[in-house]
Amino acid sequence: MIKIENMYKIYKMGDNEVRALDGINIHILKNEFVAIVGPSGSGKSTLINMIGCLDTPTSGKYYLDGIDVSRINENKLADIRNRKIGFIFQSYNLLAKLTVLENVELPLIYMGLSKSKRHALAKDAISRVGLSGRENHRPNQLSGGQQQRVAVARALVNNPSLILADEPTGALDSKTGQELLAMLKDIHSNGNTIVLITHDKEIAQNAKRIITIRDGKIHQDSEVKAQ
Amino acid sequence: MSIFQAVKMSLKSISSNRMRSFLTMLGIIIGVAAVIIMVSLVQSSTAQIKAQMESMGTNMISVMLTGRGSVRNLSINDMQKLVDDNTDYFLSVAPVLNGNPTIKAGTENDVTSLIGTNQHYSSINNAEVEFGRNITERDCLNRSKIVVIGKYIQNRFFPGENPIGKEMKISGQVFTVVGVLKAKTTTIAQSSQDDRIMIPYTTAQRLLRNTAIRSYSFQAANAEVAEKASQKLEDLLLKLLGDTNAYRVMNQAEMLESVQSITGTMSLMLGGIAGISLLVGGIGIMNIMLVSVTERTREIGIRKAIGARRSSIMTQFLIESIVITLLGGALGILFGIAGTSAIGKAISLKTSVSLSVIALSCGVSIATGVFFGWYPANKASKLNPIEALRFE
Repeated sequence: MIKIENMYKIYKMGDNEVRALDGINIHILKNEFVAIVGPSGSGKSTLINMIGCLDTPTSGKYYLDGIDVSRINENKLADIRNRKIGFIFQSYNLLAKLTVLENVELPLIYMGLSKSKRHALAKDAISRVGLSGRENHRPNQLSGGQQQRVAVARALVNNPSLILADEPTGALDSKTGQELLAMLKDIHSNGNTIVLITHDKEIAQNAKRIITIRDGKIHQDSEVKAQ
Repeated sequence: MSIFQAVKMSLKSISSNRMRSFLTMLGIIIGVAAVIIMVSLVQSSTAQIKAQMESMGTNMISVMLTGRGSVRNLSINDMQKLVDDNTDYFLSVAPVLNGNPTIKAGTENDVTSLIGTNQHYSSINNAEVEFGRNITERDCLNRSKIVVIGKYIQNRFFPGENPIGKEMKISGQVFTVVGVLKAKTTTIAQSSQDDRIMIPYTTAQRLLRNTAIRSYSFQAANAEVAEKASQKLEDLLLKLLGDTNAYRVMNQAEMLESVQSITGTMSLMLGGIAGISLLVGGIGIMNIMLVSVTERTREIGIRKAIGARRSSIMTQFLIESIVITLLGGALGILFGIAGTSAIGKAISLKTSVSLSVIALSCGVSIATGVFFGWYPANKASKLNPIEALRFE
C-alpha cells in the first residue's frame, strides 16, 4: 500500500541545512492501522505531508498503491489526493460558509460526479458518522466533536484507500476524543488503511502498529499487543 | 469541476459578502453607465442634427462669396445664367440674404430671422408653403412688400386667426402676409426653424440696406449628379473669379460628413473618458480579489488538500471576478439606459441606446473581469497547500 524508500527532505535555511526527513524507510500494508508518533520538530508533519501527497521529497521514492508518486506533477498529485486519500485535520478544516452536506460533497465535486450521485454518497457518509438530519447545518452550529465527525465523513465520502488523521483528537476533550477513536477503529474494521499522527502515546495505543520518529529518522517500529 | 459548479460557488461567495461585492461592482456599474450615457447622447444628437440637415433640402449646394470683388463681379443674374447654361447639373438657384429684424403685428413685437430670397428657395430648402402663396418672380421684380411667415410666427402673432392678408411691420415698414410655411419641427419653438420670415430678396436688399448678396442656394438636377454638380460649380466659379479663395462651395454630403466627423471625435473622446472609469473599476476588482485570496488562503488550502487542481482554483476565482463584473455590467446597462432617457428628457433630445453600445460595454466588462481577475486567481491557484493550511 505505502512503500517509502530512502526518503530525504532537506530544507536550506541560509547556510544551514535542515534534514526534516533523513533517510526514511517505511512499508505499510493494506488495512493496517498505524500510528506515527514523535515530539514536535521530529519531522512527523513533513512525513505526513509526504504520505498525503501534499509535498514531494528531495530524494527517495514513494509508492502509493504501486504508483511512484514522488516524481509526478501537481495535477496528478491533486487527483491522487482526491481519489486515494482522505484527510482528517486537527482543526477540522471545514468551510464555514458551506453546509454539512456541501462540505462532505466537496471532494466529489472535484471528482466530477453528478449531483444525484454526490448527494447519495454524501448522505451515506454523513449517516455513517451518525449526523443524519444535520445535513443543512453550518459547521459553527455544531459542537467540536460533531464538526470533526463531518470532517471524517468528508474523508470517507470518496471511499479512499488511505485515511490520514493528523492529530484528530487534538482539539477535542477526552470523551469525544475516545468516541472519535472508536469511530476510526470502526472504519479500520471496514477495510480502510489508517495512518494516525499524534504526539500522545496513549492515543497511539489504539493503533495496531506504532512508528516513532525522532530527528527525521525512524526511532522505533513496533506492533501493539492486543489489549 | 464544471463551469456550472464554479458559477454556483462564486454566486455563493458573492452573496455571502453582499456589501463588499456591491461596492466592488459600483466601479463597473458607474463605468458602464457612463460609457452608455455619453455615447448614446452623442449618437442621438448626431441623428438629430442629421435629420435637421436633411430637412433643410435635398440636393442643395450652397455657395458663399467671400472676396470683395467677387460680390461686385457676380450678380444673381450671372448665377441664374450658370443654371440656365448647365441644366444637366442644376435645376435652380436662390439668393439668400439674412437679417434679424424686429417685427410687429398689433401690439406684439419680437425679433426673428429674415431670409431675403426668390421663388426657388422654397423647393431648394424644403420650405413648403402650407397655405397662402409663395414669393413669385413678379414680387422680386416689383420689390413687393409681401412676407411668407413661419409656423412659430403665425402661432405667436396670429393665434387662432387666418394671417393671410394681415399686415405686419418689419423694421418699421409695413408688409402684407401672403403665405405660411409648413412646420419643420414638432415643438415649433422660438429660435427653431419655424421662427423665421421670408421676403423677396430685392425688398430685403432695401430693407437691410445691403445690395451685396454673398450667399446662394443651388439645387442639383437630381441626387445622382449632386456631387458632380458641386464640382462643376467650383470649376465655373474659378473660371469666373480666378481665385479659389473668393468663394466656398458646400454640398449637403460634405456638411453631413463634417458634422459626423465632429460628433465621431466627440463620442470617442467622451467614451474614452468614461472608459477610464471602467479601468478604475477594474483595478478595484483586482484589489478586492487580492484581499479575498489572502482572506481565503485556508479555504484554498483545504480545497487543494481534498483534491482541487490548480485549474479548479483558478477557475473558481476567475469566474468569481467575471460574475462580479457581469452583474455590475448588467446593472450599469440598466442605469445607462435609464440615465440616457432621463437626460434626453431634460434637454428635450430624442434618445435611443444602440445595441452596439450595450454589446460593447458588456464585452468590456467581461474583459475587465478576466483581465483584472487573472492575477489574483493565478496567485490563489499557485498557493502551496501545506502553507495555506497552516495560514491563520
